[in-house]
Amino acid sequence: MIINPFSLERKTILVTGASSGIGKAIAIECSKMGATVVITGRNEQRLNETYMQLVGNGHIKIIADLKVENELVELINRLPEIDGLVNVAGILKTLPFQFINRLDLMNLFDVNFFGPVFLSQKIIKARKLNKGSSVVFISSIDGPMTAHIGNSMYSASKGAICAMVKNMALDLAGKKIRVNCVLPGMVETPLIFNKEITKEQLDADMRLYPLKRYGKPEEIAYAVIYLLSDASNWVTGTNLLIDGGYTIS
Amino acid sequence: MKMDINDFIKNFASQFEDTESIDFTAETHFKELNEWSSLTSLVIIAMVDEEYGVKIKGDDFRNSTTIKDLFEILKSRL
Repeated sequence: MIINPFSLERKTILVTGASSGIGKAIAIECSKMGATVVITGRNEQRLNETYMQLVGNGHIKIIADLKVENELVELINRLPEIDGLVNVAGILKTLPFQFINRLDLMNLFDVNFFGPVFLSQKIIKARKLNKGSSVVFISSIDGPMTAHIGNSMYSASKGAICAMVKNMALDLAGKKIRVNCVLPGMVETPLIFNKEITKEQLDADMRLYPLKRYGKPEEIAYAVIYLLSDASNWVTGTNLLIDGGYTIS
Repeated sequence: MKMDINDFIKNFASQFEDTESIDFTAETHFKELNEWSSLTSLVIIAMVDEEYGVKIKGDDFRNSTTIKDLFEILKSRL
């Protein structure tokens, strides 16, 4: 028998933001690695599309907007005991610093910071995160490492996540819960194709990557699989950079 | 809201640091200004949203040459 340390067999993994982009890829790839996956997202139709692509049986889908308190409570009530949590749900808002405003900044922090932080905490309080579990947050190179024009609000939320992760890792080590962050560079998802940035600007940005392209959602999923699996049993409080070489160039 | 091109030119010009206000007219080819960049384009998008409540897109810059062209796009979305 071949033992694969990266396998997710007999693990139940909750993935937020699973209706599109990186979250969708993570849910699908985790199911291929043998996990039972619980997916959550706001959009029923798109969440169903992800659900249909999951490999194997026993997966669960729960429609929820994590900003809405009673939907969050309902999600936690319906949640089985899990061995992994992947916080992916996130939004982007591009505004030059002189135009940022409290409403947009609060909204960004609600979804990108408060949402995943309190989801994680409530799952732990409900004793649904098993001993030896792994919690993974999707941060970004922007914030902890780099900056891009008009991206101050998003970067701040992602930087805050990285700070929280290090401290969660310390506080939860006693429960043998590991907490880590993935820092993707630009990944080809609906999130980056927003109306403020033209195709030409994206193409120019892409040329700044030594590997001359943006990442694919699956390439982030593989990093997450490592952090969820027993292969990373001695890894906690770390930032795993997946950026096509962007930050060294 | 009364839409006046001179106000628009003034709002447009005030987003620039190194280009003199006098250099901005309805016929200015704004993308040829030394100061024009990805950042100034984001600033103009934000200014138009804040001042006029109108969403313009990165692509709207590609489809316009002069400040007047941009003003016409803005007006059509009011």
